[in-house]
Amino acid sequence: MAEEVKYTPQTWPEHPETANLEGKNKFLGFWLFLGGETVLFASLFATYLALKNKGPEGMEFTTQSLFELPLVFVMTMLLLTSSLTSVYAMYHMKNFNFRGVQTWMAITVLLGFGFLALEIYEFYHYVHIGFTYSQSAFSSSFFTLVGTHGLHVVIGLGWIILLMLRNAKRGLSIYTAQKYYTASLYWHFIDVVWVFIFTVVYLMGVMS
Amino acid sequence: MSAIAQKKGFGSALWDWLTTVDHKKIAILYLASGGFFFVVGGIEAMLIRIQLAVPDNSFLSAGLYNEILTMHGTTMIFLAAMPILFGYMNAVVPLQIGARDVAFPFLNSLGFWLFFFGGIFLNLSWFMGGAPDAGWTSYASLSLYSPGHGIDFYALGLQISGAGTYIAGINFLVTIINMRAPGMTYMRMPLFTWTTFVASALILFAFPPLTIGLFFLIFDRMFGANFFDHTMGGNTIIWEHLFWIFGHPEVYILILPAFGIFSEIFAIFSRKRLFGYSAMVFATVLIGFLGFMVWAHHMFTVGLGPTANAIFAVATMAIAVPTGVKIFNWLLTIWGGSIKVTTPMLYALGFIPSFVAGGVTGVMQAAAPLDYQLHDSYFIVAHFHYVIVGGVVLAILAGLHLYWPLMFNTMLSEKLGKITFWFFFLGFHATFFIQHFLGLMGMPRRVYTFIEGQGWDLFNFISSMGAILMAIGVIVLVINIVMTTVKNVPVGNDPWKDGRTLEWAIPQPVPFYNFKRTPLVRGLDTFWIEKQEGNKEGMSYAEPLSDIHMPNNSFIPFVMSLGLFIAAFGALYNGEKAWAVPVLVIGLGITLASMATRSLKDDHGYHIHKEDLMDHKGGNY
Ligand code: HEM
Ligand SMILES: [Cu+2]
Repeated sequence: MAEEVKYTPQTWPEHPETANLEGKNKFLGFWLFLGGETVLFASLFATYLALKNKGPEGMEFTTQSLFELPLVFVMTMLLLTSSLTSVYAMYHMKNFNFRGVQTWMAITVLLGFGFLALEIYEFYHYVHIGFTYSQSAFSSSFFTLVGTHGLHVVIGLGWIILLMLRNAKRGLSIYTAQKYYTASLYWHFIDVVWVFIFTVVYLMGVMS
Repeated sequence: MSAIAQKKGFGSALWDWLTTVDHKKIAILYLASGGFFFVVGGIEAMLIRIQLAVPDNSFLSAGLYNEILTMHGTTMIFLAAMPILFGYMNAVVPLQIGARDVAFPFLNSLGFWLFFFGGIFLNLSWFMGGAPDAGWTSYASLSLYSPGHGIDFYALGLQISGAGTYIAGINFLVTIINMRAPGMTYMRMPLFTWTTFVASALILFAFPPLTIGLFFLIFDRMFGANFFDHTMGGNTIIWEHLFWIFGHPEVYILILPAFGIFSEIFAIFSRKRLFGYSAMVFATVLIGFLGFMVWAHHMFTVGLGPTANAIFAVATMAIAVPTGVKIFNWLLTIWGGSIKVTTPMLYALGFIPSFVAGGVTGVMQAAAPLDYQLHDSYFIVAHFHYVIVGGVVLAILAGLHLYWPLMFNTMLSEKLGKITFWFFFLGFHATFFIQHFLGLMGMPRRVYTFIEGQGWDLFNFISSMGAILMAIGVIVLVINIVMTTVKNVPVGNDPWKDGRTLEWAIPQPVPFYNFKRTPLVRGLDTFWIEKQEGNKEGMSYAEPLSDIHMPNNSFIPFVMSLGLFIAAFGALYNGEKAWAVPVLVIGLGITLASMATRSLKDDHGYHIHKEDLMDHKGGNY
């Protein structure tokens, strides 16, 4: 059985993620899944744009009064960097260096938690000043869009941690490599969505 | 490990169905549960027609009527038509492309159980304080203010079953792209595979907007959000957009596989190659593509403005072109063929005029100014029943006869089948043809009764009588199924004698591993080619006999779906019952824990060894 084969850096395939049919299926299936996720976020973005700054008569909250770019900038840097570190992990996977994979994935997770902590702080701050989920259509659509992204981050973190734990003893094989590959793909997707949130929600919010 | 041929007791048989990942068994699960919901939706339809048979009727109260009407539409579309079509896709597509299974057998099972639990959840509303009552479209301006939990059942139930549909869509896309046998190029794919492929792509892009719309509805009703509440800055039109961005592709998700089934039938029973194969493929893809650009034709009267209305009107009319191409290709397939009028063929022949009538009214409605008159009248009801019953349901019934031998190795009675056809077909036209005129005479849709003497009495009565004919047809069908199952006469290979594609070449009953050796596809209608060349086996092979890799059965999909089912009750009673939040957490916990179990355990499947395959002929049902 393919999984039982012991690989060395010399025999390890160039593209373990598509080395067998199962891998090819996962690879394609996951890309398609991300296509659907894109439509999902597109719907959230469209709704947010339609409801931005809309609220009950006399609402004082606007994107300008609410958002603070320095905090969001730090969050963006954390998440972008975490995407880079997950690329490093994939780089080591290609070279059949399992320790490298685990190390860089761990760093990715740490950065992800940093992002999450700041996001929770940000949300807490908004709620504290009265911008709660039920405050207005604006607040509902803001929290739903950014919160759905945040939920993706949580799921991504849980996923990667689980992978690192389950494979700590198993090491690298075609079977496990494919799991890392899809997880890192997911992480990149989360990163790309954030770039759009940063631009459309925060930058455009502060500018106009 | 020899998993071949073992006798099973009831307990282990049940366990087998709960854990199966075999596409052929999942097909039967889809067919059975879809069939069950079809009967439920049919009973609801009968209640509607009884209420409307005479003016000023008090058989149903206004509120109950709304619930039954809503559940009829929702059940038929989400829980009957789509799952039954998924049943056929599961039964046929892997065989048709020469694959041993779908790409993700585990997800295939998960998709089914999600649909199943979602459907059960939705229908439990009847016993837990009342069903949804805002129409299958559940416009937010109505549904936000609907008292009780009906709408919550709708939103949560569709969310769960929709997740199942989404998974199934991805599964079929990957299966068709990656798992085709050698020689099965895209332009040699049978039409049913092609239409499954395009319908799956539509599912991939159409279901996320519905997911989001439903979440908004759930959050507005259950968690204090304000997406649709205009006093809080919300906008109810957002629901309509999201719903129809899903909703229009959805009708093509239904009709494309139906087109596929009829394309197979016309070719098989005209004993001729499908006319204009490449034009058919092109038309299918084009319909799928255009299907995403026309959603606002459901919203002409909302007030989007003349520019938007004009654009969407033209785009909508454009869809009639590829649809017309298909109709002509079918006609030219029959033309000069050596026709056998079997039951499936009878349905196919009945489909053409019925569906054309529905298409014509569709184009009429596409003219925005005219639609101001037609919108929300019985004309619309007539239109969509002509396309859905005259298209999708006829295809489902035709497919039932056509694919029954493939799924069960027995043949439904042709005689009873034809009796069903005539009752159903005549009943269908009697019910819905006349509704065009009711619409033109001004009868609005979704009314629970009407006042005597507006000229609507007779037509409504005729319409209700037609519904009874359809019901008789369905009862005969049920008798047919029961009798066939009791008699249990095996039919063996190529039951229709004129099969053209790989699914008919396989030995009956289909072995659980499908193909002993991966077949080599030598052209469009490859089985036909082999038969013409006198190949007794009906197949050429692409590989020597070797071990076959099989996936393990799994109970996890069932548990994962059950978790969401439990969690949905928590969400529904949030803020009302003390146990709501714990139940929500426990349900989600079950789902997450089963996901983690799936991830933590290595599941490599098993192998059937060459030696065991050698002398194995049929399946082990
Ligand atoms: C030539 C093709 C078609 C055209 C031009 C067309 C056009 C339209 C238009 C303009 C409407 C909106 C009418 C209104 O509410 O005022 C409509 C409604 C509808 N159509 Fe079609 N249609 C076509 C084919 C189909 C097919 C193939 C199906 C399903 C298999 C379908 C299912 C429906 C349904 C369910 C509705 C009503 C939805 C509702 O309001 O509840 N149509 N169609
Ligand atoms: Cu439409």
